[in-house]
Amino acid sequence: MVALNVSCRRGEEWLFRDFSFSIRPGELVWLRGQNGSGKTSLLRIAAGLSRPEAGSITVAGGHPGVYIGHANALKDDLTVTESLTFLARLHGLESDSKRINGALRMLAIHHRRHAFVRTLSQGQRRRVALARLALEREPSLWILDEPFDALDTQGIEAVNQLLAAHLASRGSVFLTSHLALSLPKTAVTELEFPVGAPA
Amino acid sequence: MSRNVFMLVAGRDLRLAGRRRFEALLPVVFFIVAASLFPLGVGPEPQVLRQIAPGVVWVCALLAAMLSLNTLFASDHQDGSLEQLLLSRHSTILVAGGKALAHWVLTGLPLILAAPLLGVLFDMQSHSILVMVIGLILGTPVLSLLGSIGAALTLGLRSGGVLILLLVLPLCIPILIFGAGAVGSVDAGMSAAGHLSLLGALLLLSLVAAPPATAAALRISMS
Amino acid sequence: MSRSFRLFMFAAPSRFYALSGFLLPWLWLLAIGFAVAGLYVGFFLAPTDATQGDSYRIIFVHVPAAWMSMILYLAMAGWAVFGWAANARLASMVARALAPTGAMFTFLALWTGALWGKPTWGAWWVWDARLTSELILLFLYLGYMALVESIDDVRRADHAGALLALIGAINVPIIYFSVKWWNTLHQGATISMTAAPKMAATMLQAMLLMTVAFWAYSFAVVFMRTRALILERERQTQWVMDLASRATEEKK
Repeated sequence: MVALNVSCRRGEEWLFRDFSFSIRPGELVWLRGQNGSGKTSLLRIAAGLSRPEAGSITVAGGHPGVYIGHANALKDDLTVTESLTFLARLHGLESDSKRINGALRMLAIHHRRHAFVRTLSQGQRRRVALARLALEREPSLWILDEPFDALDTQGIEAVNQLLAAHLASRGSVFLTSHLALSLPKTAVTELEFPVGAPA
Repeated sequence: MSRNVFMLVAGRDLRLAGRRRFEALLPVVFFIVAASLFPLGVGPEPQVLRQIAPGVVWVCALLAAMLSLNTLFASDHQDGSLEQLLLSRHSTILVAGGKALAHWVLTGLPLILAAPLLGVLFDMQSHSILVMVIGLILGTPVLSLLGSIGAALTLGLRSGGVLILLLVLPLCIPILIFGAGAVGSVDAGMSAAGHLSLLGALLLLSLVAAPPATAAALRISMS
Repeated sequence: MSRSFRLFMFAAPSRFYALSGFLLPWLWLLAIGFAVAGLYVGFFLAPTDATQGDSYRIIFVHVPAAWMSMILYLAMAGWAVFGWAANARLASMVARALAPTGAMFTFLALWTGALWGKPTWGAWWVWDARLTSELILLFLYLGYMALVESIDDVRRADHAGALLALIGAINVPIIYFSVKWWNTLHQGATISMTAAPKMAATMLQAMLLMTVAFWAYSFAVVFMRTRALILERERQTQWVMDLASRATEEKK
């Protein structure tokens, strides 16, 4: 993915201007910056949810593969299995019960697969939301907004494994995280996000 | 594959509504209660009631259909599902269509089934009731389609519920005129074909134009 | 659209601000001048109508107001959609500035319609097809204004308003047709000129004069409102801050 001179406004104020960067296959870019600097806005622009005020984002192969935001996109009144199956079908992933169960097992939430989402804790819901990553097969761009939020060490470890496997197969990752990452340092590119009034 | 997302979204909404059955019935209850207020306000004289019946039933159907609109996208907006729906590889137009279909099944269809009951309460003749029901079958989907545009435009706003009414009701006036007019013409001994075919034309127009408008509105509201 | 016009539109709001400021006094002059002329012709020079006597003279305000209400709606929708499609902020501001004036003319048309209806039919309001359509147009204006005011994010409000105005514009013919149908079905009253098919030349003159007056007035008021919007939205830019500091210095 290549971003050129991306600028974003919130109301009358500029969040950031003329920001450029690129992400290569097999690369993980960790977007770092203070609260309110516009990290989520940049990720949403990268995912195609918003249009930037100026500049452009080009993603090789068109559609960026995955966007998982702050919110989990799970319905309270569906069970874990139903939720993951819906998300899988929505995004054209394999959704047979074997694959779904496998994904749930990978995030260690398989034992709650028939529970309604509203009965789960925050960390458990995050696991279900991230279980979708285990179903992804293509080496696409993953855009993740605070993926490790609310996860315990076991959960973080599971996600790290998914990220590592994805990067190994020439996929790329663009994420924010206020927690320090614990992946092999060679794969991580830190991108410091500019803050304050633009030029 | 593309056709699936339409049924996928509609099916999910229906399943969710099935788990909150009580809430799904509220629009129909409102429909019956609101329509029943008119005889109390106007007097029980059968002549008068028969005359105002088509208008009253149609207006109450309009309002009842609008009632459940502001929650159409609200829960998806709050839990982040709407973002995923917009980002799917499939066209957002089909997603919008699926949502409108679910809304019609949950709101329009019960109204259609409850309408004959109201017809009896207002002492309408059976052929009038039949024309009214046919009109509602043609008209209620248009309400869901136009309403979904309003719901998408007012996504996340505090004053959403009333604002949708203000935005969508003027657009629904032709439906009201032709739907009630169909019954009126049958009562006067003429054919309702003209009115009903106009309703049909408006239905076709909405089927084609409303989902893209809803999709555009969703993109605007989510940007 | 000609190239220079496009450059003008995409040009900084500062240029629009300067140009409109220059034009404003002339526009007001035109508006007042033509209004005086139009009212004079309409109320003193035009002949008395055969069937309606002198009460018909209200049409010299009613008809131009109704025309303006429809033209301004189309202009509002047009500028809003342009602002949405081309991401042109100034165009969206113009659209927002048009709405209250359009609503005002719609209200004026309704009010003068009622004044016309009273001596003609004996009632303040008859569900005449054209008047009913004007009423619905007022609802469309109010809906637009309510929507853009309710949305905090300025650009989202602009774009949402554009879509709504576009849908309204497309629906207006449908609504008008259905209301006409409804009116003839129920044999409703009609408020119109029942005099000779050809209107006296002076009557037409008066209406045209008033129309020009309303045009000039609309331009003036919309320019004023747009200027205020520009100052509000662009207050972080250098030229606005310069303007403000110059204004405070002049006061000293």
